[in-house]
Amino acid sequence: MTIPHTEVGPVRVPHHWLRMVVIWAVLSAVAIPLIVLVLGPHLPPGRMTSEAGSQRDANTLMTALLAPIVVSVLVFFVYSIVVFREHGTAIVDGPPLRGHVPMQTAWVLFTSIIVVALAAWGSYTLIVSSHGSGGGQGPDPVAVPSHRSHDLVVQVIGQQWSWTYRFPAYNGVETDHLELPNNSPIEFHVTSLDVTHSFWAYQLGVKADAVPGVDNVAFVHTRDPGNFTIRCAELCGLWHGHMFQTGNVVSAAAFKSWVGSEQKAEAPNLRYLPRYGRSYFPVPFRRAG
Amino acid sequence: MNRAGRVLAVSAGIAFAAALVTYYIVSYLMMTPPSVAATGRAPHARLTLQTVASLGFKPHPDWVSYLAQNPQGKWVHGTILKVPAHSLVTVTVYQYDTATGLRNPFWGGFHGTVGPVTVNGKAIKTLDPSLASHTFAIPELGVSVPLEGVADKAKNQCSVAPCTLSQAHNTVVFSFRTGKRGTYRWQCFVPCAAGFILGFGGPMQSLGYMDGLLQVV
Repeated sequence: MTIPHTEVGPVRVPHHWLRMVVIWAVLSAVAIPLIVLVLGPHLPPGRMTSEAGSQRDANTLMTALLAPIVVSVLVFFVYSIVVFREHGTAIVDGPPLRGHVPMQTAWVLFTSIIVVALAAWGSYTLIVSSHGSGGGQGPDPVAVPSHRSHDLVVQVIGQQWSWTYRFPAYNGVETDHLELPNNSPIEFHVTSLDVTHSFWAYQLGVKADAVPGVDNVAFVHTRDPGNFTIRCAELCGLWHGHMFQTGNVVSAAAFKSWVGSEQKAEAPNLRYLPRYGRSYFPVPFRRAG
Repeated sequence: MNRAGRVLAVSAGIAFAAALVTYYIVSYLMMTPPSVAATGRAPHARLTLQTVASLGFKPHPDWVSYLAQNPQGKWVHGTILKVPAHSLVTVTVYQYDTATGLRNPFWGGFHGTVGPVTVNGKAIKTLDPSLASHTFAIPELGVSVPLEGVADKAKNQCSVAPCTLSQAHNTVVFSFRTGKRGTYRWQCFVPCAAGFILGFGGPMQSLGYMDGLLQVV
């Protein structure tokens, strides 16, 4: 029995790799500036705080770095479909593929350089150049602002299903709404008094787990006034999806006015609040035990 | 059994199973907890509620619960409340349960109310958090009112719902204003679920007990 096959004669084979590299280079050269200049300014989470700005820069850089990789995959994919498409004749086995040491070495080196460079850049922005980190760092943060003593301390208390906020610098007043002064370093101390929640102030670039009995510290430096959303990012029970608030970054004067009015409104209840502490885990009353 | 008989038997079995599945799906989709409308019309409506330490009937007879009074005066085990938009809603809560105490004393203050909050006819500005039995809170509207529990040693305490005014209770009256139409959740902030870890399970996590919806229509 004769197996059908295609005989390849001495035809001129085009430089497929060269073609693909040229197409890839052109598309990447177009995509990267578009990402940095057009898409970048719209990437989350914005620039309301220094930390949010750093996160947007990181998102822009990562997207720009990803673009050539994605383009290379797409170019190879589409080129193969269009050019290497079989027309009508029977399919036969191609030549066997064997290892290509220079190509493998280049691939490992190239990807290692990208990963190590990103790790170095991330560590630098987190620790060395930092004003603190918007991510919760636990009770003993490593990445702290240089002038931490000037921070406005805000304790964030998660509970099923709401957030409340304590301001130790203002007689320990507690509120169910969050306003922050603009151009100010803020130190969040995130905790919970029931189950695990996660304080996610999206536009501030803050996400910190709220764990019962734990003081989880996160920093931001407000740069722009405006509204920000607060959600719980940890599935925490029936009304988890409703654990949503809107906060405001306002001028220093407006903040003073707001916190003053809160102190006045909460004055009758202030005497019942426990002394300010780094965590907020009161002893359960009666039946709750 | 001949071939036609086997086909008939298999077809009947499949049809029976399909009918069961359809019945289950339709029943699930049609099952909506009862809603209770406020009395009165915009711009001033009234809601009457009661809290009880144990419901007294299935499926969870020993769970703490809210009940609502419908416009015909009947107590309904339901926590979906219907009120008019852009209105003042006056709520009367007959509080039959004893105190549990708030885990976060912040909720001992009154928030989002219009006018005085009265307990047994006496206006108060805040509640000692250890005396709170429950709260009626609508966080999205900024409303939170702690409800003072009946004294532990009070005589003639109510054991099962619905409780009557001849039994030991506190009457809490407050008002709040509704805004635009929508559905808002309401809840209790007191960890009042006896028998659950830190009092936060069971009825605290269940619509129809210590959680509900406010339908602003």
